[in-house]
Amino acid sequence: MVAPAKLRVVRCGGGNHHGARAVFSADSKYLLCASGDFVKVYSVATEETLRLIGGHADRVTGIQLNPHNHMQLYSSSLDGTIKLWDFMDGIAIKTFTVGSVLVALYAPPAFEDSVFVVAAKNGNRGPFQLISVKLTKAAGQVVEAKELSVILSGVDSSPKCIAFGREGEYVVSVKQSDLNIYFFRKKLAQRFSLRPSKVIEGSNQFSCVACHPTEDCIATGHSNGKIRIWRNFHHKKEYTYSTLHWHHDTVRDLAYSVEGTYLLSGGIEAVLVVWPNESDRQKDFLPRLGSPIEHISMAADGSQCCTLHTDNRITLIDSNLRFSKSIQGLIKSPNIKTGLVVDPRTKALVLNGEPGHLQFYCLQTDQQLFSLDIVQREYIHQAGLHQADLVKVAFGAQGRWLATVEEREEVTDPELQLKLWFFNEETQSFKLNTRINTPHEDHITDMCFREVEELEDDSLILVTTGKDRVFKVWLMVEDTDPEAQQRVSWSCDFVGSYHNYQATNCCFSEDGSLLAVSFEETVTVWDSVTWDLKCTFCYPPGKIRNMCFGRLTCSKYLIGSTDCGFLCCWNLLSCALEWSAHINVLILQPDPLSEYIAAVSWLPEESSLFVFKPNETQPVYIQRNLCRLKIQLAAFVPRDEPEMVSSEKYLWLRRSQLFFLTETQELITLSTKSLEERLTLSSKQLAVEESLPVTPFSLLLGKHRHHQSQEDTDLGKRVVQKQHEQESPAVKELLHTPAHVLPSASFLCTIFINSLLISKENKSAEEVVADEVEMENEQAEDDSEEERDVAEMEQDDPSPVESLGELPCKLSKSQERELRKIRKMDYSWIAAF
Amino acid sequence: MATYKPVVVQGFPKLGERITQDTVYWRGYKTPVQIKEFGAVNKIDFSPVSPYNYAVTASSRIHIYGRYSQEPIKTFSRFKDAAYCATYRDDGNLLVAGSEEGSIRLFDVSGRAPLRQFDGHTKPVHVVGFLSDMYRIFSAGDDYASSLWDIPSGTEIISYNEHTDYVRCGCPSKVNADVFITGSYDHTVKLFDTRMKNSVMTIEHGQPVESVLLFPSGGLLVSAGGRYVKVWDVLKGGQLLVSLKNHHKTVTCLCLNSSGQRLLSGSLDRHVKIYSTTSYKVVHSFNYATSILSLALSPEDETIVVGMTNGVLNVKHRKPEVRKEKSVKKRQPAYRTYVKGRTYMPKQEDFCVSKPVKRVLRKYDKLLKSFQSSKALDAVLEPPIRLYTPEVTVAVMQELHRRGTLRSALAGRDEKQINLLLTFVARRVIDPRFTSTLVTVADIITDIYQPVVGQSAVVDRQFLKLQKAIGKEIDYQEELLEVLGMMDTLFATFTRKRAAYLEESKSNGLGETIETSMNN
Repeated sequence: MVAPAKLRVVRCGGGNHHGARAVFSADSKYLLCASGDFVKVYSVATEETLRLIGGHADRVTGIQLNPHNHMQLYSSSLDGTIKLWDFMDGIAIKTFTVGSVLVALYAPPAFEDSVFVVAAKNGNRGPFQLISVKLTKAAGQVVEAKELSVILSGVDSSPKCIAFGREGEYVVSVKQSDLNIYFFRKKLAQRFSLRPSKVIEGSNQFSCVACHPTEDCIATGHSNGKIRIWRNFHHKKEYTYSTLHWHHDTVRDLAYSVEGTYLLSGGIEAVLVVWPNESDRQKDFLPRLGSPIEHISMAADGSQCCTLHTDNRITLIDSNLRFSKSIQGLIKSPNIKTGLVVDPRTKALVLNGEPGHLQFYCLQTDQQLFSLDIVQREYIHQAGLHQADLVKVAFGAQGRWLATVEEREEVTDPELQLKLWFFNEETQSFKLNTRINTPHEDHITDMCFREVEELEDDSLILVTTGKDRVFKVWLMVEDTDPEAQQRVSWSCDFVGSYHNYQATNCCFSEDGSLLAVSFEETVTVWDSVTWDLKCTFCYPPGKIRNMCFGRLTCSKYLIGSTDCGFLCCWNLLSCALEWSAHINVLILQPDPLSEYIAAVSWLPEESSLFVFKPNETQPVYIQRNLCRLKIQLAAFVPRDEPEMVSSEKYLWLRRSQLFFLTETQELITLSTKSLEERLTLSSKQLAVEESLPVTPFSLLLGKHRHHQSQEDTDLGKRVVQKQHEQESPAVKELLHTPAHVLPSASFLCTIFINSLLISKENKSAEEVVADEVEMENEQAEDDSEEERDVAEMEQDDPSPVESLGELPCKLSKSQERELRKIRKMDYSWIAAF
Repeated sequence: MATYKPVVVQGFPKLGERITQDTVYWRGYKTPVQIKEFGAVNKIDFSPVSPYNYAVTASSRIHIYGRYSQEPIKTFSRFKDAAYCATYRDDGNLLVAGSEEGSIRLFDVSGRAPLRQFDGHTKPVHVVGFLSDMYRIFSAGDDYASSLWDIPSGTEIISYNEHTDYVRCGCPSKVNADVFITGSYDHTVKLFDTRMKNSVMTIEHGQPVESVLLFPSGGLLVSAGGRYVKVWDVLKGGQLLVSLKNHHKTVTCLCLNSSGQRLLSGSLDRHVKIYSTTSYKVVHSFNYATSILSLALSPEDETIVVGMTNGVLNVKHRKPEVRKEKSVKKRQPAYRTYVKGRTYMPKQEDFCVSKPVKRVLRKYDKLLKSFQSSKALDAVLEPPIRLYTPEVTVAVMQELHRRGTLRSALAGRDEKQINLLLTFVARRVIDPRFTSTLVTVADIITDIYQPVVGQSAVVDRQFLKLQKAIGKEIDYQEELLEVLGMMDTLFATFTRKRAAYLEESKSNGLGETIETSMNN
């Protein structure tokens, strides 16, 4: 086939969703959301990602619908361009280059052919200013926006700090404790300053602003949780304001409803507050939205609103203030401590989700499968509060058992809990089996199950290592009491230690006979039956960072990486060092289905990937500069079926796919497929997108319907129906007019009967429906055949006639008429011969 | 969308003995009644008919006690020397007993003088019993002989001289009137069929047999001797089924409960062990003051009577069943309102609107939900919660600590409330389940109320009490550590083959402790 393409680094999820407010399409069927360098189009009905619009070279900072064409979208980016998109087709229509970094975009409908951006004054950084950009209608894909005019200078970089007033009469900008209003008509700027707070300096600073859609009224959010409603601000002196207070921390965003009857506010509390009529009285709440609210946006028809959260979740809320849907991809967690774990049952990635939960993330659909509540405690959204969170996760026995460790940071001693969950086939979810309080006296550093396929569940062993200088072995014990609720529970079987060193890592060999536990600088190998210490390995002076056994043909090797930058491979048979390499390995990840091991190293500003077999001294694959960001975690996800890999070099990708998670929690993978192959997938989605909601069932139904309609046209029934529909107004009128005002029946009869007749002209191809083209062609062919029968002389040039039959669908009436004339002329000409 | 999650109250497993149905059942006896007899009690036998009197053989007397009487209702004392093995007949009318002088006497329960006297044994007769046809008596004694006697004629039918040592126990078969067994100090149990000239089966127990027992079905035989209780399958030709070694001194007596599901064994080690006859595991055990010689269980397990070497008879009666329905029934809504709308079966095209399930939150949860920390703490300091479910109080305190509002919840309380809080803390802080949380609470309380110390005598006294409790606990912990150290040295001196080459690998005593204790 093709020559082995280079492996491409592909981003497949995660990232940052909360760069800008989300935008509903005009019909509220789609939701557009800036996601990193892309704009994502979600279907509101099905929560699916319909399209990923990409083209910007840097983070997208603002998206706005074109107020004059609802199928178009403006987007601004840090790369200094504004792009105009047809978001339904994902085509970039035009690119306007502004030059400096753009951090926000506004497109108020009152302004013809100009949008507003917040741009850096000089190139990349420095004070930001609000600029009006005139969008020229000049031809060409890339146009330089020349007509720039500064409206306000010294504005905040946050897009929430600027709002446009009703009908674009004024623009409001807040920064720290200043409120600036610029009146477009009067070309006048007004400035109001807050009195500095007496209690804490700067605690009452502005955090966001929103303008009433119909009245001259501004709502500002403050960092002390207060909301101020400003009125009568046309005058410098006589302005008034009222205060609303519920939030206990910064008001993160404010939004007015479409008619301006109520105000929505949200913040770190994860509670959406509704203030009707700007009063403090009847406020309404939608609590426990999961994570702090970052942006609030309203649909144009007011039927729903959506909140963007700091963890990348999008919550759709209907007009009755009820939670309706949530669109969630990879939930961003402030600190992923669990690592990337693959659920053997669903092949989903498992990692920290929302606080205290474990998220199961489906890689294929970029959606969250489900979220398992591990901590089972009320999470208080409050800054600076230490709450229990998940730190370790391990799956055992093909996903039937799940072990989790949660801990709460305490000043004195950490509160630890080890929980063991059993997968319940009936409810299809994990059920808590055993809870162990304080399994170790200090933090647990690692945990693993002994995974032996041939053996029964009863032989399952869990090993935990702790900073309290021991490792513990947990076993399943059967409950002898028949009255007990569950058959088995877990208890500690063995406690091992080595010279009072902290235990840092543990792993079992493939056959489960050996357990390797690393104690700071030393790796100890234990017999998993008798718990005897077999041997120790050491590679001073570094402490062991990662460790794993080789698999399949390489099962006699033990690989470890040290924090002083060495990767070592020990032979378990000779108990000697086989080889070592000087690489600063951050992550060591063995492929569960092959003998390959991936190591990710980190040098400042560059992550590199090395794939090697322990028994070979040369790495199988090296990718330098994998990613500029630091890669935090990696995981091999087994493929459902082995992929055909064209090149020897990429054989290691045949059985499993390698995924990485970067510092910014972007999920990236390596793909051998070319860009086109991946794109075809998304175009498939496009085809079905038109008949929403798209479900497998609707697809099936659509196909069926299509068939039926074709059959109808073949029989000509459809045409008759069409006539009926066309004539129906006359008949309808006849039927709906009261009898006493109608003329006599004899008079109406002819009209009525005439209406039922199918006129001959209608058969010609005048009004062509797209899917009737075929039929028309057939008719035309029939015609030509008749003609052939009648007049032999036409045999000379049958092709023009046939082509004529095909043409009408493309030609206009006048052209057709001309053609007819030509035809007639042709006849005469032939006759002359 | 998530709903409010109530506070998790952690249930802690009960340490020590696990409560099973058996423990509940066997604990359901009142405190024992002690009756002093004249000598060691060698046999206790319950009358098989109501009112289930029991005959106690001790020294030269046979006392018959009623169910609840502490004084004997009847005494047979016509023995010159010790009497042995007074046993009821199945109809409860006759009683037979052996004696030191070698004669066997048959008494009418209502009479006083013996009805019959069987002479023939040359040495003391330790075992007598009725065969299940009720007209014959078997006996065995120190002359190694086992004899069979006819009651109507008072003559010996047959005598077997097969044992080679004292015969000390025997038992008739309940299903076959011709079969009885005897156990002897010659380590054997012999099964006799009266129709045969010789013994039918000999089972080698291995130790001097002190007691034998046949299951009501007649298929299983239990023998006790030395420290062992062994169960044999008679129908398989005397195959050993299971050997139990749960006593650490000689087992002296065996007994089955009325249902035949549990086997009891008494021993010189002062314990009565109860085994399940399905798993042959000890399900419960009783502890007595001195060595046990005899044991009997009344029909329906109403009474356990244990006779001991010092002549004390220990009688335990079963507690009457507690009626649970005594609690006042909550008034239910009328049947009509209850049934209303529930009998309606939705049709196929009906659209069912499900009613949202109303979640009932506890009072403290409601208060915590609305972030009212102080009131939530008040709610869990109410007497019923504080006294009976202290884990709830502690769980709420922990939750408040987690939310960072514990200090404000504890602050601003008056003398009475501080008194209450301190009482609770002082009492529960030594409970290992609550220590970690309550130490924090105590810390915060002392922190907050330090300035007011000395203003109230009540509070001061509570502070002193708390100090005392903590001091005591610290001493106790120190002592425990000392014991642990002693045990470590003991275990370290254990030289085993395995431990020998493990020595180098294990520097930590704890790891070794656990391992060796697991091996034991």
